[in-house]
Amino acid sequence: MSNDKKTNKNLPCENKEQKTSKATNYKKVLFNGILNENPVLRLVLGTCPTLAITTSAMNGIGMGLAATFVLICSGFMVSLLRKIIPDKVRIPAYITIIAGFVTLAQMIVKAYLPAIDAALGIYLPLIVVNCIILARAEMFAAKNPPLLSAVDGLSMGLGFTLTLTVMGAVRELLGAGTIFGVSVLNGALPPMLIMILPPGGFFVFGILVTVSNKIAAKKGKPVKNKAGCDGNCEGCALKEAENND
Amino acid sequence: MTKTIVAVILAGILTNNMVLSKFLGICPFLGVSKKIKTAFAMSVAVILVMVVATAATWPIYTYVLLPLKLDYLQTFSFILIIAALVQLIEILLKKFLPPIYNALGIYLPLITTNCAVLGITILNFTNNYNFVYSLANALGAGLGYMLAMLIFAGIRTKLEKANIPEFLLGLPITLIAASIVSLSFLGFAGIV
Repeated sequence: MSNDKKTNKNLPCENKEQKTSKATNYKKVLFNGILNENPVLRLVLGTCPTLAITTSAMNGIGMGLAATFVLICSGFMVSLLRKIIPDKVRIPAYITIIAGFVTLAQMIVKAYLPAIDAALGIYLPLIVVNCIILARAEMFAAKNPPLLSAVDGLSMGLGFTLTLTVMGAVRELLGAGTIFGVSVLNGALPPMLIMILPPGGFFVFGILVTVSNKIAAKKGKPVKNKAGCDGNCEGCALKEAENND
Repeated sequence: MTKTIVAVILAGILTNNMVLSKFLGICPFLGVSKKIKTAFAMSVAVILVMVVATAATWPIYTYVLLPLKLDYLQTFSFILIIAALVQLIEILLKKFLPPIYNALGIYLPLITTNCAVLGITILNFTNNYNFVYSLANALGAGLGYMLAMLIFAGIRTKLEKANIPEFLLGLPITLIAASIVSLSFLGFAGIV
């Protein structure tokens, strides 16, 4: 990974992040992740868990909160260590920090919420490779003070949780006629099992992205997302791979 | 353990397809699938790393972590093993097989943060596979990944020339196309 390390100055997000850091505007950072830079819908990061576990609204909340915990803790930790970690080994160092907190989250969920643990299954340990967390460590925590980074983690985490819950609710409603396990439709619309199956995941996500693009366009913000990480995720060299082809 | 090795491989390719039914490795699935050639190279790299990572993590978990009761370190150790392995494979290929390195080299670093590789190494233990079955599972999952990538790359080449409604341009239409591909894979359910 060190081979294709890009200088951070080339990243599109760089300037904006620096301004935020100068203003030290906690409130701005807090609401940033929920709408403007919603990690799933606007930055298109962390798509795997988004598609996989949103078969019900409850799963969405569980996954979202676990990821929020890891985001806050790893953001704080990376920021504390940002001046100590050498630039060349920063990605392995970040991954190690993140893996530590994911293990912690895994143990907490296993001990106190066994039902959520069973529902999330393999996707709980996979928070480690969730692009959102590495991307925020690289894009934000590495350049900002610890408390602000923790707030950024909270904001991104809330945006993630909110999106997962909405998507889970939509799929649960259409696929099983319930929301949070409570029957809503009462048979007015026959449940479409396909919405809970994998194709429904891709479809609902596609529609949600369309809706969020529409809202962003109305507010006069450019449509950012393209298929794939689009260079937002420093861990990914996808863009370079395509250019080289 | 009545499943034969062939059944495990087939299940990985068709019924439990990594991308289309388990949602692992979606980032490269959406990002590197614009051209068939790129998709192919990426999938070959994924198959290689998956099999090698399984061969490395299985003995370490079974003979080191379990006897020492350190199984809660699974996630932690696996991600480090995979990261180290990818670096090692990259160095070895560069030194001994430069043509292959030139073709795959750029995709290797991407794979460290690919959830499909970490996913498959963890799934081997969730399913209680022994060493041989784990290897078969990794191979099957890798081949399934390749199949999904190639099909999808073909579809996207067509999509580029299609007349798409403006509000669906970009990511949404890609996701909806993926939904339809995934729907077709549901047809394999129950075969293996």
